[in-house]
Amino acid sequence: MQITDELIDYIGDLSRLHLKDEEKEKAKADLSDILNYMEKLNELDTKGLPEMSHPFETVNRFREDTVTNVDDRENLLSNAPESKGSYYKVFKTVEQ
Amino acid sequence: MEILKLTALELGEKIKSKEISCRQAVEEYLKAIDENDSVINAYITVLRDEALARADEVQAMIDRGELADSPLAGVPVAIKDNMCTKGVLTSAASNILNNFKPPYDATVVEKVKAAGGIIIGKVNMDEFAMGGSTETSHYGVTANPWDTKRVPGGSSGGSAAAVASGMAPYSLGSDTGGSIRQPAAFTGLTGIKPTYGSVSRYGLLAYASSLDQIGPVAHDIKDAAAALSMISGTDKRDSTSVIGYSADKSAAIKPGKNNAFDFTDCFADEADPCAKIRGMKIGIPANYYGDGLDPEIKEAIFKAIDMLKAGGAVIEEFDMPIIDYAVPAYYIIACAEASSNLSRYDGIKYGRRTKEANDLIETYYKSRSEGFGAEVKRRIMLGSFVLSSGYFDAYYKKALQVRGLIKKAFDEAYEKYDAILSPVSPTVAYEIGGQIADPIAMYMADIYTVSVNLAGLPAVSVPCGFSKSGMPVGMQFIGDSFQEEKIIKMASAYQAMTDYHTKRPGIFGNAEKGGDN
Repeated sequence: MQITDELIDYIGDLSRLHLKDEEKEKAKADLSDILNYMEKLNELDTKGLPEMSHPFETVNRFREDTVTNVDDRENLLSNAPESKGSYYKVFKTVEQ
Repeated sequence: MEILKLTALELGEKIKSKEISCRQAVEEYLKAIDENDSVINAYITVLRDEALARADEVQAMIDRGELADSPLAGVPVAIKDNMCTKGVLTSAASNILNNFKPPYDATVVEKVKAAGGIIIGKVNMDEFAMGGSTETSHYGVTANPWDTKRVPGGSSGGSAAAVASGMAPYSLGSDTGGSIRQPAAFTGLTGIKPTYGSVSRYGLLAYASSLDQIGPVAHDIKDAAAALSMISGTDKRDSTSVIGYSADKSAAIKPGKNNAFDFTDCFADEADPCAKIRGMKIGIPANYYGDGLDPEIKEAIFKAIDMLKAGGAVIEEFDMPIIDYAVPAYYIIACAEASSNLSRYDGIKYGRRTKEANDLIETYYKSRSEGFGAEVKRRIMLGSFVLSSGYFDAYYKKALQVRGLIKKAFDEAYEKYDAILSPVSPTVAYEIGGQIADPIAMYMADIYTVSVNLAGLPAVSVPCGFSKSGMPVGMQFIGDSFQEEKIIKMASAYQAMTDYHTKRPGIFGNAEKGGDN
């Protein structure tokens, strides 16, 4: 797998990361090498095998829908880089 | 100085018998931190005043006769900096969280506090637990107490270095692909990666949710087992924590209160160290002992095999070729999960926000680009790529299928064996800067540890010798799911016959040192 300029820009966008030019060149080379190494898995025939996403077979664990959260707004907002009153403050998200 | 040489359980006993006060213990460890941490750099945060105040509180409780069944009451503990501690910096060693003070405690932290533990500080790690050397930390590299030019391993390198250098009696780390076992091996300590689901992950900053598990790093198996009993058990706030595991696997498991482990009957008797493992079968995967393994490590493990055989364990080689595919499968899965888990760090609700942005999207891009280090960025990008449309089947789906094959191979092995004995790392601790520049070499060094996480199994890493250069060597017993008792019995039998786990690095000048120099 060769990572092209277009592909590294696309991966950067998916990851919400800006890469400087020198970072981009290094990322292209590193990701290409790592993906080539990962292609070792193609030596195995896995056609039709189940996909294991979790160590155990899991089942949904249901509970009564009762409110357990306490009002902890002040405490939670204390970590926000910017807040106003009882809200997180961000840039405008809707055009007028 | 005497206090620092005790194991955590010995210290706990002396606190209970009023030979040592909680305050004395905390003061002694704070002094050791003052003396040694400028060289080791294990701590990100030292909780000096908090620990002293807490020591007096716990002492009062003990004096009133409370905490009688908490063997680690009054004993200081260092917590890896990816577990939430209410009101105390929890950075995951990342610049993006360098001001994050969680509004709540992780379940394991609650359990430590409830058991009378005294949290003395938060310790260094690879950023978001991504690395095997603690070199990717925003807070600088941690040194190995056995040779300060070398890495302590990682990602729980701060945990291991703090305990090995006598700056904490034991520590909690986390293990996603070897991050407890490998630093334990690099620093001459005992570390347990518990079965997936036996310790709650609530409040653990997630790296790869289907692989992460919290566990102890300690001087010996008794300390590690006591700490694991303390933190294990079902938790309603982590739906992957396992309920009622005793029913579905083996009658040998005797869960204590709230499904916590009880290892009381697992420890070896000095008079007949191997009594509890006599007749147990241990498998040795032949392809784990090939060319890639440092001959000194191989020699140390084969010496251990001879001792266990002489003690009555049945040991045989077997083939497990599928584990050669564990590293690529692991990195695809871990990076995929990381890219999803780390998307929450956007500079809005907590953590660091860029000062350069002019709109919301730019806030995301710049906060993340400025906040994450190079290795974390690399893994997020790899994860985004293997999950992206067009490549998902070729990489991510393929890796999940290989994961199934690896689990199946272990299931088959455990039809024949009670445990598997393997190396932890292909080399002893290497020099700082020695591997970080080559990501593939760095990933391949995880060859012996990652399959355990892919299959969700428990494993315990124990010291089994020293290299000619004087560095500790480790090996691991890998058990079937929820068979912690068996591997703890093996580790205990082995430690009853050897003294590698009692050696301390020469950092205090008067301590014994292993090896030739």
